[in-house]
Amino acid sequence: MRKLSPSGDSAVERGFRTINMHTKTLTELSRSLRRREFSAEELARHCLDRIARHDPQLNCFITVTEALALEQARAADRAIAAGEGGPLAGVPIAHKDIFCTRGVKTSCGSRMLDNFVAPYDATVVERLAAAGCVLIGKTNMDEFAMGSSNENSWYGPVHNPWNRDCVPGGSSGGSAAAVAARLVSAATGTDTGGSIRQPAALTGLTGVKPTYGRVSRYGMIAFASSLDQAGVLAQTAEDAARLVGAMAGFDPRDSTCVDAPVPDYAAQLEEGVNGLRIGVPREYFDARLDAGVRALIEEALALYRKLGAHTVDVSLPAVPLSVPAYYVVAPAEASSNLARYDGVRYGYRCSDPKDLLDLYTRTRGEGFGAEVKRRIMTGTYVLSAGYFDAYYLKAQQLRQLIADDFARAFREVDVVVGPTSPTPAFTLGAKTDDPITMYLNDIYTIAANLAGLPAISIPCGLVKGLPTGLQIIGPPFAESRLFSAAHAYQRETDWHLRRPSGYE
Amino acid sequence: MEWETVIGLEVHAQLLSRSKIFSGAATAFGAAPNTQASLIDLGYPGVLPVLNEAAVRMAVKFGLAIGAQIAPRSVFARKNYFYPDLPKGYQISQYELPVLKGGSIEITLDDGARRRVALTRAHLEEDAGKSLHEDFHGCSGIDLNRAGTPLLEIVSEPVLRSAKEAVAYMKTLRTLVRYLEICDGNMQEGSLRCDANVSLRPSGSDRLGTRAEIKNLNSFRFVEKAINYEIERQRDVLEGGGKVVQETRLYDADRDETRSMRSKEEANDYRYFPDPDLLPLAIDPALVDSVRRSMPELPDAKRERFELEHGLSTYDAGLLTASREMADYYETVVRELGGDAKTAANWVMGDLAGALNRDGQEIGASRVTATQLAGLLKRVRDNTISGKMAKEVFEAMWAGEGDADAVIAKRGLSQITDAGAIEALVAQVVDANPKQLEQYRAGKAALFGYFVGQVMKACGGKANPQQVNALLKAKLGEPQA
Repeated sequence: MRKLSPSGDSAVERGFRTINMHTKTLTELSRSLRRREFSAEELARHCLDRIARHDPQLNCFITVTEALALEQARAADRAIAAGEGGPLAGVPIAHKDIFCTRGVKTSCGSRMLDNFVAPYDATVVERLAAAGCVLIGKTNMDEFAMGSSNENSWYGPVHNPWNRDCVPGGSSGGSAAAVAARLVSAATGTDTGGSIRQPAALTGLTGVKPTYGRVSRYGMIAFASSLDQAGVLAQTAEDAARLVGAMAGFDPRDSTCVDAPVPDYAAQLEEGVNGLRIGVPREYFDARLDAGVRALIEEALALYRKLGAHTVDVSLPAVPLSVPAYYVVAPAEASSNLARYDGVRYGYRCSDPKDLLDLYTRTRGEGFGAEVKRRIMTGTYVLSAGYFDAYYLKAQQLRQLIADDFARAFREVDVVVGPTSPTPAFTLGAKTDDPITMYLNDIYTIAANLAGLPAISIPCGLVKGLPTGLQIIGPPFAESRLFSAAHAYQRETDWHLRRPSGYE
Repeated sequence: MEWETVIGLEVHAQLLSRSKIFSGAATAFGAAPNTQASLIDLGYPGVLPVLNEAAVRMAVKFGLAIGAQIAPRSVFARKNYFYPDLPKGYQISQYELPVLKGGSIEITLDDGARRRVALTRAHLEEDAGKSLHEDFHGCSGIDLNRAGTPLLEIVSEPVLRSAKEAVAYMKTLRTLVRYLEICDGNMQEGSLRCDANVSLRPSGSDRLGTRAEIKNLNSFRFVEKAINYEIERQRDVLEGGGKVVQETRLYDADRDETRSMRSKEEANDYRYFPDPDLLPLAIDPALVDSVRRSMPELPDAKRERFELEHGLSTYDAGLLTASREMADYYETVVRELGGDAKTAANWVMGDLAGALNRDGQEIGASRVTATQLAGLLKRVRDNTISGKMAKEVFEAMWAGEGDADAVIAKRGLSQITDAGAIEALVAQVVDANPKQLEQYRAGKAALFGYFVGQVMKACGGKANPQQVNALLKAKLGEPQA
């Protein structure tokens, strides 16, 4: 290791070291910062430069927090110099604009909150800041996390760095595109029906949705409270393990957050897959699955077998019903969660309301986009007197059946593996006129949310030049197993290290 | 036709927890608008509710007091409707699975008869804020200090038969929640308020008639007047051949009438569903046991004990147990006095209650403490002062002149009990009134009072009256028949 002396550091040497900072994983960056190969401030400025260069084409960011980033970076540099600082000191990340960030606009991708500056930090924001992460900006997303393409944002669509005519997936599309284009080293996301895993799959990233209750939801703007879970989009399973380790843990401010110790995920990465029993659910290989994607999933399963894992056919018969169950439960909760946006206390308010009803109808009519309104109406309908039993109760029963299916499978296997998304990224606008087709993007991801299970998506190859994701689902609180299984795959492959051209 | 009135009450009791039911904000009344509302109470994006255990303990306490079933598992649900003082667009309440089911409360009617009122359920919920329509021109003010205050909604079965019964029930309930220290019972500030469901049916029928719900009655007087108005109104409708409409009505105290607010057709569909932000409320037997150990003696038990152990009449015992503070005050006086329960009772219900009433004070803040009153009564018992002097001393104590002994010393009020001294006084008076003595001895017995008065006048009222009587009698002898 070369010892650094700031005085003997020529501009050329420095330039050589810093020009490719973005090609490093979060784990590597953290190591380099500790070795003081470059400073957190240099790294933050590098990210800001790349955003200035690339984001006009990609539209990943709703807000770039330049001043805050430089301030946090300098604080990280001081901490590192003093031999202190959190485990992630100086690492540049972005937050999905669904996480309340004190003093920073937190829009949730909606006109409704375009003027909303959060007065407090979400627990996730607080914990990653405490770990030393430097916040570069807040990322674009489908409005209120409702969407699978990031085309439902008030701030316009996000473009996929692998092909800018394509969607990056959603709803955490801004986070996905920002990490895929290496504008930041990793980003947070939220996953209600696949909103981390599907965009991770479509942009070649490692995306993890932890067990429901593993990460606090406090400060994360609610879409469907019983399904929402915070997670990350990162370059590698190792990076994801470090970030989730910093985010997870009990929070007394969230009653649904589970009080269970957080394992040292990064320390357990090398567990390997020898003897791992992998369940392959036949329901995940139906006619909707793209042939190219299917071939890559089968290749990945073959690799796992080569590494000592066993694959076992399993059946999850209720899982094909997850989409209808989800599109009752999620809109029902959303219709209630979004009732607070009424123009009274904060956020958008229509101009010159003539009375209370006018205030409500125009504020909500003008403040929400079409997909949000569609779901509020659906949710209001399914909760209405006379329909509640037929929809909401029935959907809850389905949800139980789906959870039971997984519980049964996990008596025989350690993880369940399948595709994350039926197809690679599709063209912008291709599905915007047909909500049902759009909803079917999430057929393989939704079940994990309904059952509250942890799941990870990792890149497993390219179809026509576009990334594809392999999904690994585990029993509750088996994040460690998911990280080590993903890590074992990533040691043997380099799909996760491929970068889209133009963003090298 | 004869009509029978059927009334059921839904009473909202604000629980006396220091912080709100789902946030850490304070619950005190009267703060400047919107200063006691946290981001959670304001329904900010991203915030989540966390249940306050103090509110749960209070609900359990109430459940134990009325013999309700305490649900081992109950569920918070969202009641969805839009209103500017409802920040989240829904109220967190309990719907299908409330924390308490059943139980009953015994009430005493005006004629002394006692009657048991069955309860349907009681559930925990959060209060909304307040809309202020009066003080702002062309717009409404919203004060969210009250938003998130814990409420226990106590629902009775439709078993009350008159406005008087409804008031008796309300009063008993108020006494009970105050005894339990779970609600201050302050109706004016809205800590205890009630919705009354009123219907009529032909006497003898066992089918319920169509009801109207009168909202937000915040005094006993309004409960009585609103129900009586409503009974008359419905009787007029029914006897005129009409039908009562199921609706929500408001009582206008100024005009003493109820007015329609909204009918069933316009009623909200509240779209209740379990709140996914809160886990089901699990109450384990250990919690119930720990609350049971903290239970105070309840009014009925106290009343019986006062009758049995203190030998008080049912009426006196009832009056003294009407509030826990009054009962505690009375018991302190008895304890410090070491007996003389009847004397203590008479003073508490008489002079003390009178003084409190006159100055509009609560017994908890009485200017004369129970210990001070006991000190005064001791001086009566040991004959330092007479009962009549005691009243004067009490007034002086009330005026802040100090303890009984201090007042007696300062005013030189101690009684003359020296028989020799009194005898001398008697002799002096008798000698000075020969004419009256003659008349008395001639048979004018009523003049005895004149001699007593002269003796008392001569000593400035300080001589012990019993001794004066006895010695005068001995001196004067019996009047001639």
